Amino acid sequence: MSRGRFGIHGGQYIPETLMNAVIELEKAYNHYKEDPEFKRELGKLFNEYAGRPSRLYYADKMTRDLGGAKIYLKREDLNHTGAHKINNVLGQALLAKKMGKTRLIAETGAGQHGVATATAAALMDMECVVFMGEEDTIRQALNVYRMRLLGAEVIPVRTGTATLKDAVSEAMREWTSRIRDTHYCLGSVMGPHPFPTIVRDFQAVISREIREQILEKEGRLPDAVLACVGGGSNAIGSFYHFIKDEAVRLIGCEAAGRGVDTLETAATIATGRLGIFHGMKSYFCQDSDGQIAPVYSISAGLDYPGIGPEHAYLHDIGRAEYVPVTDEEAVRAFEYLARTEGIIPAIESAHAVAYALKLAPNMNSDQVIVITVSGRGDKDCAAIARYRGEDIHE
Amino acid sequence: MSNIGKAFAAGKAFIPFITCGDPDLKTTEATVRKMVENGADLIELGIPFSDPTAEGPVIQGANVRALRGGVRTDHIFEMVRSLRKDVAIPMVFMTYANVVFSYGAEKFIAACHKSGIDGLILPDIPFEEKDEFLPICHRYGVDLISMIAPTSEDRISMIAKEAEGFLYIVSSLGVTGTRSDITTDLESIIKVVRENTNIPCAVGFGISTPEQAKKMAGLSDGAIVGSAIIKLLDAHGTDAPERIGDYVKSMKNAIRE
Repeated sequence: MSRGRFGIHGGQYIPETLMNAVIELEKAYNHYKEDPEFKRELGKLFNEYAGRPSRLYYADKMTRDLGGAKIYLKREDLNHTGAHKINNVLGQALLAKKMGKTRLIAETGAGQHGVATATAAALMDMECVVFMGEEDTIRQALNVYRMRLLGAEVIPVRTGTATLKDAVSEAMREWTSRIRDTHYCLGSVMGPHPFPTIVRDFQAVISREIREQILEKEGRLPDAVLACVGGGSNAIGSFYHFIKDEAVRLIGCEAAGRGVDTLETAATIATGRLGIFHGMKSYFCQDSDGQIAPVYSISAGLDYPGIGPEHAYLHDIGRAEYVPVTDEEAVRAFEYLARTEGIIPAIESAHAVAYALKLAPNMNSDQVIVITVSGRGDKDCAAIARYRGEDIHE
Repeated sequence: MSNIGKAFAAGKAFIPFITCGDPDLKTTEATVRKMVENGADLIELGIPFSDPTAEGPVIQGANVRALRGGVRTDHIFEMVRSLRKDVAIPMVFMTYANVVFSYGAEKFIAACHKSGIDGLILPDIPFEEKDEFLPICHRYGVDLISMIAPTSEDRISMIAKEAEGFLYIVSSLGVTGTRSDITTDLESIIKVVRENTNIPCAVGFGISTPEQAKKMAGLSDGAIVGSAIIKLLDAHGTDAPERIGDYVKSMKNAIRE
């Protein structure tokens, strides 16, 4: 079995053209992750630039309203650029810079990873090209403008379903054509090894902080940690430092779209099966011939037919649970958190909030749950207004 | 020598590629027969995939048209069986790992053997992942074709040593598609290949003109052409098999020593 496995999942299913690039990346990463100077620089970027540590906020009104477990919100939405994506991007951009790369390429769904990559490129004087499904450039027009403002070139991808999976495919194609000066800054815990490991390690700061913060506030570990899952980067970041604590339930909330019994869904664990795609073995939504399914979710960031290999493994061994959340449930949670706590979450993060609305009332008041609010929802306001039948212009 | 070796036994090989089911399997079958009549030495049959990450726009388009036309993996095996009634030259499949994996690797490779497919080209199965399918391929006598890229460098000898069937030398960085110029130092790559294996090697990616084919086959043992054929297919509709036959003849004449 090749390197980078999580149980049977993971691996390096990529064209030969890219093999030396991922080998070079793995070597560089293994070197720099232990390098005190690299760690110091990244720590400084996290704290001074991105605004870490992010708050662990006790949602008192929500807790009282639901009448069950105490609810804490891990506020990744308060990071610079408005989402957890910046954690991974600062790490990868710094690594790429050390490797002598001068150009970053990235895929983006909701646009948050693209914005974070464009931001890091501006900060570090690197060229930046972002691939985004044309469908998503329409749903997330504001983020397209932000990326361009930051100096990035945004290339709308028209192939396939013109969403996140097609943006990933196009970024992979671009990488095969230009490797020497270019780093592919992959945005989630997916793709070929070493990306799932690198991205997880940079995102693991989320659970490291949650752990310290909850111990300080509650003197104990949480009973459950909830996060939304598309590829799964904020979820693995939120879970990672709790994996060994078997008493902490880890719950990934997948985008069920219009429901797992319809074809318009992106819930991979609920409806997918084992396959090989985008460089990894994992679970994918696909037909009986192995053609990747045209998945759907209201959330551009979760609208992906696969899931990161480490999540697939955590599912296999029963360490984490994955639950489907529909568009309607997510939109209701989006509105609920806005009205109850004055916090507008990203529609992606609203999937985790939605499951908490079901879970918390059935728990005791001495129990604690943490929901990662992976991003802020400004970008989604126009789309949610349209979902509710209101036509507003950004 | 595997059956694939026969394609190279009588001199430089011309290897045309076609996506099965673009726009329908009847056209594919007729085109393959015309290719064989006009001097093709080995046929590369593409099984369409929804997300072909190693392909440029032309072959992506062929994949979209084929899937839209409703082609299924089982239909393609049927077509191969029908071709095998009169086509004797080696035929290989080019597709993506998930098509094989999802069908069931054992079932797929057994069906290859039974229908007369001699080899498999899977661009998303590099050296490190070939054990996914190799033991099964060996059981059924189907060659798993390895690829070497301009970026392979220190990996060339490792790949060449274990190669079977023929070696697919990727001419340029990037995805499939015609190019006006191929600038990779293929001579150096092929020199290392020759030092490590006796199996033939053919160059693909970017070749469209007889001049390019002559040059590439001159450096190696053959030339592989895909996108240029798909373009003819797309442009000429029902006349396409005839036109592609003429094209194959001109390419084969160019590389003949």
